[in-house]
This record gives sequence, C-alpha cells and structure tokens, in this order.
Amino acid sequence: MTPLLTVDDLAVEFRTRDGVVRAVDGVSLEVGPGEILGVVGESGSGKSVTAMSVLGLVRPPGRVVRGSVRFDGEDLLALPARRLRRIRGRRIAMIFQDPMTALNPVVPVGAQIAEAIRLHQPRLGRAAVRARVLELLASVGVADPAARYGRHPHEYSGGMRQRAMIAMALANEPDLLIADEPTTALDVTVQSQVLGLIDTATREAGAAAVLITHDLGVIAELADRVAVMYAGRVVEHGDVHQVFATPSHPYTRGLLAGRPRLEQATGGLVPIPGSPPDLLAPPPGCAFEPRCALAAGRAACRADRPEPVAVAAGHLSACHFHEEPV
Amino acid sequence: MTTTVTPASPRSLAARRFRRNRMALAGAVFLTAVGVLALAAPLVAGHDPNTVDLAAFREPPSAAHLLGTDSSGRDVFARLVHAGRVSLLVGLLSSLAAVAFGTLLGALAGMLGGPVDAVVMRAADVVLSFPSLVVIVVLAGVLGPGAAMLVLVFAACNWPTACRVVRGLTLSLREREYVQAARAFGAGRLTVIGRHVLPAVLPQVAVAGTLLVAQLILLEAVLSFLGLGVRPPRASWGNMLTDAQNLTLIQTMPWLWLPPGLAIALTVLAVNFVGDGLRDAVDLKGVRG
Amino acid sequence: MLAYLVRRLLTNAAVFLLISAGVFLLVRAAPGDPVRMMVDPERLASGGPAFVAAKRAELGLDRPVLVTYGIWLRDVLGGDLGHSFVSRRPVAEVLGERMGPTVLLMGTALAIGLVLAVAAGTLAAIRRNTAVDHATTVAGLGAISVPSFFLGIAAIYLFSLRLGWAPSSGMSTPGDGGAADLLAHLVLPAAVLGLSIAGPFTRYVRAGLLAELDADYVRTAEAKGAGPGRVLMRHALRNALIPLITVVMISVPQLLAGAVAVEQVFAWPGMGQLAVSSIGQLDHPVVIGFAMFVAVLVLVCNLAADLLYAVADPRISLS
Repeated sequence: MTPLLTVDDLAVEFRTRDGVVRAVDGVSLEVGPGEILGVVGESGSGKSVTAMSVLGLVRPPGRVVRGSVRFDGEDLLALPARRLRRIRGRRIAMIFQDPMTALNPVVPVGAQIAEAIRLHQPRLGRAAVRARVLELLASVGVADPAARYGRHPHEYSGGMRQRAMIAMALANEPDLLIADEPTTALDVTVQSQVLGLIDTATREAGAAAVLITHDLGVIAELADRVAVMYAGRVVEHGDVHQVFATPSHPYTRGLLAGRPRLEQATGGLVPIPGSPPDLLAPPPGCAFEPRCALAAGRAACRADRPEPVAVAAGHLSACHFHEEPV
Repeated sequence: MTTTVTPASPRSLAARRFRRNRMALAGAVFLTAVGVLALAAPLVAGHDPNTVDLAAFREPPSAAHLLGTDSSGRDVFARLVHAGRVSLLVGLLSSLAAVAFGTLLGALAGMLGGPVDAVVMRAADVVLSFPSLVVIVVLAGVLGPGAAMLVLVFAACNWPTACRVVRGLTLSLREREYVQAARAFGAGRLTVIGRHVLPAVLPQVAVAGTLLVAQLILLEAVLSFLGLGVRPPRASWGNMLTDAQNLTLIQTMPWLWLPPGLAIALTVLAVNFVGDGLRDAVDLKGVRG
Repeated sequence: MLAYLVRRLLTNAAVFLLISAGVFLLVRAAPGDPVRMMVDPERLASGGPAFVAAKRAELGLDRPVLVTYGIWLRDVLGGDLGHSFVSRRPVAEVLGERMGPTVLLMGTALAIGLVLAVAAGTLAAIRRNTAVDHATTVAGLGAISVPSFFLGIAAIYLFSLRLGWAPSSGMSTPGDGGAADLLAHLVLPAAVLGLSIAGPFTRYVRAGLLAELDADYVRTAEAKGAGPGRVLMRHALRNALIPLITVVMISVPQLLAGAVAVEQVFAWPGMGQLAVSSIGQLDHPVVIGFAMFVAVLVLVCNLAADLLYAVADPRISLS
C-alpha cells in the first residue's frame, strides 16, 4: 500500500536572538489512505511544527531546512505557492488547538466555512454554498444551523466552535485531516464528543488523519498507528497496539508506566523525572539520555545519536539498547 | 547569531542596544550639538539677538550676517541660537515637570491604593479627556502668552501619561518579593517608593519623558508661531516663523524661515529617534531568560 | 445598550459643564479690557470714564462673574452664544460660517492621512524588517516631527511660488466659485494637514497589522487555501483597522489643533483662523464659543469612538 503522506527527514529551525532552535530534527512519518496516525509528545517536542510544515504554514523565523513532504506523489515543500494553496483546505485540511483564536473574530462563522468552499469551488452559486454550509454544520452536530450561520465565534460555546472548525475542515471532503491538539482547549465534558466526531467524520469520508495530542488515551482510542516524538525527533513509530504492548523506547515506556492496561490509559502524560533538553544546545548523543534509566551513563548514548531501527515489522525505535528491558 | 554568554545587567544591555541603534545615536549626537550651541549662544552668536538695525534690513546671508537679517535688521543666526535656548528649555522643563508630577502621583496611587488611587486616576481621566487645545488657547489668550505660562500649562496637561505608566508598574512591583520583604522589615511606604519603586520605573519614565519632550517642543513652536506662546522680542524657533506669512517674504527671503523651521524639525526628529531608541533599548520583553 | 448610552451622555454632560465653567471663568479673568480694544482711542479720550462704564454695561462686563456665567449658560443651552465684541454679530453665526471650511479641510485631510497611513502601514507590516519597513518608520517619525506650519510654508514656497502648481492661500479665486477652483485651493493645506496625522496613524496600522498577521485565524485562512492578498484584505486588515477607529476619533481634536496652524499659514477662512484673530482682539465671546465648540467636539468624538467600535467589532456589546 503506497502511503498517502510521507514525511522524510524533515528538519525545521527557528532563528532567535539567542541562537538557532532546531524544533524538528530529522522527522520521518507515514500515513496510509484512510489511516489515523497519532502523534504524541510533550509540548515543545516538535509535533505541531511538523504538522505546520506539511502545509507550508511555518512562519518566520521558522524555516524548513531539510527533508521532504510527499503527498499523493507530489513534494509539497517544492511546490509553488499557488499549487500548494490548491491542496490546502481541499485535499489536506487542518483543525487547530484553540477554536477561539483560530476563527476570525469579526467574520460570521457561516461565512468562514463558506469561504473554505468558495476558495476551491468558485463556480458554486451563493445559495448552493449556503446550503452546503448548513448541511456541514448540521452534520457536526450544531443545532439550528440556519440561526447560527450568521453568528460570530464569540457567540458559540467552545465545543461548538471546534465543531464549526471541523465542519470547515470537512467542507471540501479532504483526503487528509490534520488535527493539532483539537481538544486541549476544550472542557473535559466536550472533549470526547469532539474526538468522536473527528473519528466518525474521517472514517465515514474515508479520509486519513494525523491526530496530534499529548494524551495517550486519545491515541489508544482513535489511532491506528502512533509516532512518539521527543526533542524534535520521532523516537518510536508503529502500530498502536504493538507500541502500547511492547514499547521499545525508554521514553515511550516511561510514558506508559503506571498504565497496566491499555483500556485504562487516559489523561495526560505522566511526568518523567528531569526535563527535555535545551534545543538551543542539544546534546550530541541521544536527547533522552540525561533522563534515561537505561542509558546509565553509557558512552554510546552520550556520543552517538540513535537512528530509528526496525524492532519488528513496521515498528521503529530510536534507541541503542531497545532490546534491553528496563 | 551568537548565543549570549556574558551575563549582562539590564542597564548595560540596554546601553549596548541603544548604541547599536544608529538613528538613536545620530539623534543623540545632533542633540548634543544643538544643546552646546544653545548653551554657548552668547559666545557663538556674534551679534546681539535683539539689536534692531534698520540699516541692515532683511539682508541676505553674508560674512557679516551668517544667516542674513530679519525684518527689523536683527541677525538671524544670533536669534536662532538664542531661540534654541528658549525652545529647548521650555520643552525640557515642562516635560520634566509633567513627568515628575505624574511619577509622584502614580507611585503614590499605586502604593497607597484605595481612595487616593481612585481620586488620582479619576483626575487623570478628566485631564486626559479635557481638550488640551482649549486649555492652551484659552490660557494663552487670558493669562497672556509667555514661556512660563507654557511650561505650566504643558505640565498640567501632560502628567497623566507618566502617572498611568508608573501606577501600573507600581501595582505589579508592590507584589514582588523584594518589595514585600522590605515592607515586612518595617520599611515605610514612602521609603519603599523612594528606594525600590522609583529606580525600577525610571527606564519607562525616561522613555515617556523623552517622547514628551519632542511633542512639547513642537507644541511650543506652533503656539509661538500663532502668537500664543513665547512673545517677541524674545526669540523662539516658532515665533521666528511668524513673519513668514507673507508670500514675498517666503519666496525671496528663505533665510528667514528655513533655518528656524529646520531647527525645529531636526531637533524634534532627533528627540524622537532617541526616544524610540530608548524604548527599544529598555524593552525587556525582547530579552529572554 | 440604552442604559449605556444614557450613562455616557450624562458623564459627558458633567464634563461639559466643568469645562464650560472653567473656560468661562478663565476668559472673564482676562487682564485685557475689551472696551479699550474696541473703541477708537480718540472717542475713549473724549468720552471719559462714563463712556467706558456705559460701554462695559452694554457688553455685560460689569456684573458678577457667576451671574454672568449663569445667564450665559442658559443662553448657550438655548443656542445663544452671545455677540462678538468686534463684529457685533451673533457668535453662533460667526462660528457657523467658519465651520464649513474647517470641516472641509479636516475631512479631506483625514481622508488623505488615512489612505496614506493604511497604505504605508500595510506595506511596512508585510515587508517587515526590510528597507521598505525602515524607510516607512523613518518617514513616519519625520511626519510627526516636522511642524505643520513649517511644512505648509515650505509647500507654499515649492508648489505655489516656485512651481505654480496650486494657489497659496484662501479658499477661492475672486470671481471664480467653481468646484475645480476650490479643489485647487484645498489640495495643499489638506495634504499638509493629512501628512501630519498620517505619521502616528501609520505606526498604529503597522503595529496592529503585525499583531493580527501573527494571529491564529490568519493561519486558519492560509490552511483553507486563501492567498496572501485575501488573507491580508479579508482577514488581517479588517481586524487591524478596528482599533484605528478609536485612534482616529480621539485624534480629531489634535487634527483641529493642527488645522488652526494650517489655516493660519494658508489663510484658509476657517474656525482656527477666527480663533487666533479673536484671541488677539480679546473678542472673548468668540473665544468662548470656539472653546465650547472644541469641548463638544471632543466629547462627541469620544462617544462616537465607543459607538463605532461597537458597530465594527461584533465582540463588543454596549452594556
């Protein structure tokens, strides 16, 4: 099966006053058609920046310095702006973390969804666009869409706003949906509803999805495969059941610690002692080495950066000592 | 891009950033030159600024009169450097008074809170919503124009800006640990204001004050030009242009209006450059860690 | 909404009373004697003190200040601002005929200033940290720093006297009342006044737009496939210009202050020119009338700033 999206050796730098921050450093990912890939990691691990890079939305001072993003046979990073814009919102759509700030505060919600349709279907008539927006709003569970069409974002509740964002993302029936922490800014009570909506919407449409989160429970519930990120790199990547059952990177193991059964894995990440490395001056070896129980000061961990290796079919781990139990 | 290694105090960091700002540095150099010329006016002028010489009436620039003479035969260069004293002094004194008054009230309001705060802030609101044009036009018309009146009016109309800045800073400082600690050790509120609040708010106040100087030099020039500010025969840059409301004079005697006009524009521009440079230099939001 | 409006109007009325009383007291405390300004010195000398006293009574200058203020306030509220000492015509009439030219000048200047500022501020923001941005910043500072009366004199020198492109003073050429003639007279003063307000406006537009271009919803628009032009015009600029409404409204009194100087330079027959000459002639009723006009203008502009902001920004509800 050819993957729909292949991110290969992606590196993104931010030039700041204090120096160059390598936010993403050699990330490789794959998403098959109709598949949901969960990307999990602490904040600052580079998961959002990776997602932004796919659609060329990284802003200065950020800059993609290496790698490729292949989508359906095309390298998105090499595409001229005009052609990339035809993919944005039509074939790849995005849902952002905070629907309050991600929606334009002075434009009615209906008009913002309509804009997404008109940008890619310019010949569709006014009435047809409106009908489609109402249909979309209804399908994501916004009650009384006709009355809410002309309302502004601040007149929606948090959950409703995110539903509207999802409607906007689905407007052109994309092949790939990228959801960047879609429930972080929401009340706990509406989180599962919104996640369920993303799940059913993608599966019904046969769309693939990249679901970025720091919540392992979300991954366990929705994702087919998972990529674990740490300090700008993917440290483990594979089938979600396989990774949860036999985690092959000490960081993943740390995350899963205290979760005896997969079904109970809910809530945020369990803290691991220590803190992520300073990305201004990353260590030469394994970025996780200072916090790793397995490394225990071994020279290989300090000096050589581990590359991902297959520990099983389709299961990669970037650890020198992945065979060793903790 | 280099990573910062040497630890630097905020003040020396600010000084370094200011020096990197070429516009601000050029402004500072220009202002120094203008200041020196104004201070040394009697020495460099070569003529008395107020001596009327009807024999030398509206003469073009020459070796005897560097910038020519005006409609009363007075030496334009001598008037220009003496006017600089008046214009700079009015701008500096009134800004200083406004900022000092505003800082004091702001620190008291922030430190004492309660009714003092309420009264001061309400007064600031009223002064801010008060059309200062009315105050100045009416006062100038009523009390009679003059440099001292300008300083008073400018100070009375412009203290709220500094007051608000300082009050805000004081409120946040009041909660800081070192201030709390000082209070716990029995330091009185006025001591705390003097020892902790004033030094901490100084950078922001300096920025506000500098930008105010630019505004007020400009305002003094306009009012004096209209005959509502510094009155002849005492020269100010603004009233040197009052004569230039005559087309023949504008066309044939540019030495009468160009030098004072440029003096105002360049001085205000230089003060603005310095103010902007100071603002960028003390903007601690841009510093990480 | 209604309660808010009423509260604002009441507050404004209180400020208005405060201002009017202050203005009135100050003007009445004036050291100059209007009678001496108005009457021919020979008649003053031959008429003697009795003549002066009669004249003072005629002008209402011999009554206690508070009484005069009370009478005056009642008259003002009834639309009567008194009579000019100099022309003896009603102040409202004298001011009224000067209002048109001033409004025309200020309105045109505001339009010029806004167009310039939005264009320059937008250019600077989207070309951030380039030579264009730095040049705009310096030009903006320059516009703030050059006094408008000097700019006006320089414009007269260059465009009227040297190049002959536009007339240097007045509002019309005698014998020609056409619109083209008016426009020719308007262009220089309006451009000078417009330039003087474009400086600060440009800074607001640039800073506001930079903040908006950084906002999440801009990224959403980009993710939808919107091009840079659409992102700028339909999304970022729309949000960035809302705060400008307040800035513009609050700047109107400053604009009027600028207009006073520009009217003087270009001999534009507006209220500013009238105010300056009235102060010189100790024509107190006209000075008071002008001051009251400015006070009302300031209050109206403050109220308009709030209302317009609420209209432009759906997030604000007036309550």
